[in-house]
Amino acid sequence: MATYNLKINGKTQTVDVDGATPMLWVLRDHLQMVGTKFGCGIAQCGACTIHLGDNAVRSCQLPVSAVGDEEITTIEGLSEHGDHPVQKAWLEIDVPQCGYCQAGQIMSASALLKRNSSPTDDEIATAMNGNICRCGTYTRIKKAVKLAAENNS
Amino acid sequence: MTLVKTKIGRRTFIKNTSLASGGLVLGFSWLNSCRPKDTGSLTGKEMPKEWFQMNGYIKIGENGLVTIFSPNPEGGQNVKTSMPMIVADELDVDWKDVIVEQAPLDTDAFSFQFIGGSQAIRRGWPGLRMAGASARHMLKMAAADAWKVPVSEIKTAKGRLTHEDSGNSLGYGEVASVAAKFKVPEEVQLKEYNEFNIIGTSRKNVDGPDIVTGKPLFGMDTQKEGMLIAMIVHPPAFGLKLKSIDDSQARNMPGIRDIFKIKVFNDDYVKTFFDTRTYNEVVVIVGDSTWEVMQAKKAIKIACEPIESSTDTRDRFGNAWKQHTPAGLESTENHLANMEDRAAKGGEVRRKDGNPEAAFKQAVKIIERTYTAPFLAHNCMEPMNFFADVKDGKAELIGPLQKPEFTEQTLSARMGIPLEKIDIKMTRLGGGYGRRSYAHWAVEAALISERMKAPVKLIYTREDDMTDGVYRPTYLIKLKAGLDANNNLIAYHVNAGGIPESPLHENRFPAGAVDNYLAESWTIDSNITVGSFRAPSSNFMASAEQSFLDEVAELAEKDPIDFRLELLEKAINSPLEGTTNDYDPTRYAGVLKKVKEKSNWEDQQPNLSRGVAAYFCHNSYAAQVLDLVMEDGKPRVEKVTCVLDCGMVVNPDGAKNMAEGGIVDGIGNAFFGELRFEDGIPSKNNFDSYRMIRMQESPKEIEVHFVENKIDPTGLGEPTFPPIFAALANALYKATGERYYQQPFMSKLPSLANG
Repeated sequence: MATYNLKINGKTQTVDVDGATPMLWVLRDHLQMVGTKFGCGIAQCGACTIHLGDNAVRSCQLPVSAVGDEEITTIEGLSEHGDHPVQKAWLEIDVPQCGYCQAGQIMSASALLKRNSSPTDDEIATAMNGNICRCGTYTRIKKAVKLAAENNS
Repeated sequence: MTLVKTKIGRRTFIKNTSLASGGLVLGFSWLNSCRPKDTGSLTGKEMPKEWFQMNGYIKIGENGLVTIFSPNPEGGQNVKTSMPMIVADELDVDWKDVIVEQAPLDTDAFSFQFIGGSQAIRRGWPGLRMAGASARHMLKMAAADAWKVPVSEIKTAKGRLTHEDSGNSLGYGEVASVAAKFKVPEEVQLKEYNEFNIIGTSRKNVDGPDIVTGKPLFGMDTQKEGMLIAMIVHPPAFGLKLKSIDDSQARNMPGIRDIFKIKVFNDDYVKTFFDTRTYNEVVVIVGDSTWEVMQAKKAIKIACEPIESSTDTRDRFGNAWKQHTPAGLESTENHLANMEDRAAKGGEVRRKDGNPEAAFKQAVKIIERTYTAPFLAHNCMEPMNFFADVKDGKAELIGPLQKPEFTEQTLSARMGIPLEKIDIKMTRLGGGYGRRSYAHWAVEAALISERMKAPVKLIYTREDDMTDGVYRPTYLIKLKAGLDANNNLIAYHVNAGGIPESPLHENRFPAGAVDNYLAESWTIDSNITVGSFRAPSSNFMASAEQSFLDEVAELAEKDPIDFRLELLEKAINSPLEGTTNDYDPTRYAGVLKKVKEKSNWEDQQPNLSRGVAAYFCHNSYAAQVLDLVMEDGKPRVEKVTCVLDCGMVVNPDGAKNMAEGGIVDGIGNAFFGELRFEDGIPSKNNFDSYRMIRMQESPKEIEVHFVENKIDPTGLGEPTFPPIFAALANALYKATGERYYQQPFMSKLPSLANG
């Protein structure tokens, strides 16, 4: 066990856990932030996607000991009032079916738009290919990413 | 207006009305606590000071805000939006003033709180309408009393009551306290279909804002004071059972509370239809946190031994059902060989029209093909999980379920706790597709909590979820068709079976469209457990039959749509005497004609490979045209045009989303879906090996059209799934010149298989 001071969604949070514990479980079990989802545990489905700095990372494969001083953003902290352009676009297109993967999808999409404000269809598909949607909302996800890009430009 | 007896849910209405007769409403406090301040309604009205319960579905606040309880579990089919829309329309309230909450499991208040068979809207339709209409009538009665005018002179609109002659007007909230005291009327007037103003209009998913902000909506998100985390270890192969456990290392790992074995069902328990459990004895690890329990789980060593063959008597909705489970370690290679052998012997004749044998002898052209499909895992994104707190002879359970009523009965039998002491709260399902009907994990959670004397959340890892059984069966279908000299289909033979279930629907198309028709069915027992998987059995019947008809049409030198339409014309104009078919040939032809028009079928473009398929299941009709191009040897689905006749559509944009999902899911499973076995061991256990469709393989565009009619709504979640397999296979034939008989198709498309 060790103490870690983590910068999450603009606040410092202190946890006392084994350093190997993935951020996914630090968030879900120790900080009761359950918006970040468990899907596969091996970085194959993207349900646990968070931002480490500006990058989308799979929190199930990110040990808490590796975070250091980097800023973490989770779905709960993407915007204060649920009005990030990507969240708004998701509602406008009414993307979700079951909704379980969508936090991860939104985190991947918002990281993409941070580095590329007007991605092409292929760039969207490449960036989003690590996120599985078992319900099959991909065509809507793509539309929502494009809408978010348009609204933000 | 249509006058109907309020027979559905009447007992409920009375019960709840009497409950509410004191004015203030009881119950549902758990649900209210989820959203203490924000009302969630679109108008921005504040929470009312008082609620008045009109019936089990509706309560109205003094300020006119209305809460509608959505009875069925929500698993992505969007019923939490569409079911309340039906109630709200008949209540005649402004959708902006509606708050939707998930109803608890309450078999007195609601009927059919169930996800399955695409039946929620179809079966809920009359009851949901009556709930709204009877509450509206009670509000009118209250206004009539206040104004001393006849009820018949009162009109309603958007949550207001008006009397034209006197100019009186009141909001629902102003009379709700009085209205709630009235008895539920014996008869109520339902709206005429042309009076609907919410049904048939697109409304956003009511949980959308909570989903995109990561609110705790799912079973996996359950957190309770003092809650422990539990996981299981099950034998590695079908055909094995637990013999002994070595937990010496795991037991001393940090955060571990206990490790023990549980028996899910007792030996003398008569399992009901949904009580499927692959491994009846499993090891349980309980600890303080998920990560710690996961580590200990890896450190547990188990020894297993072969199961013996057994025959269980199970209860299939009141009928005894013998289920034979053979011993042995099964393999996919043997499955395929055994199915070939079994099919060659012929099956039980389920339908025979005319004289198929003679007709095949007369036929000028004969074609026979064999289609196979593998076992499939459901792979819901939210792995199986459940929360249980069992103490003092009571059980509180929280989690995602498709059949909560049946789960409650099973829990009661297993735990020895009466139904009224079991409280099940339904969370949103992170996908179901049939898997969450088989809720052995809820029983496991309850047993673990009872033993630990603590609240427990049981979590399956992805590997547990994928290797624990309850799969879509593996199937084999042989199809044979005979054409006469004029290229008319004169004989058709379907020989269908599977391990351990048959996919045959003997009364579906082309039954009734061919004079000489034979349908046979067979099964082979297995110890690999199976269960419902989106459009059970239809999901392979459609793909085999609709791929085959494409080939028959080609042999007959006819356009594949025209060929099907010809057959349907025959079923319409000269139905075979003494036979009944499941489908309506006119509606079936209707979706084909419309998809022909909407896809510009006659405007075939040289660069596009197009495939068509249509199917009837779950009381609805779907026809699809799939367009693809080959890029570097990889198929790229450019567009799918889908026409659906599912009667009236409650929430068109939500319905389109569901239809699109069925299409993407079908393309994914057709390309990649496969679980193989070697000596009883599943070949895949996570998404690194079990390939799921991703955005790059998804269609670039999906266009969904509904047939507009005033038929009561029918299935929507499943009907777009089965035919798309065949539309894809038929388009791939155009693109590659090869037919695709074995699923998944990636086995024949190396460039796709290699990513």
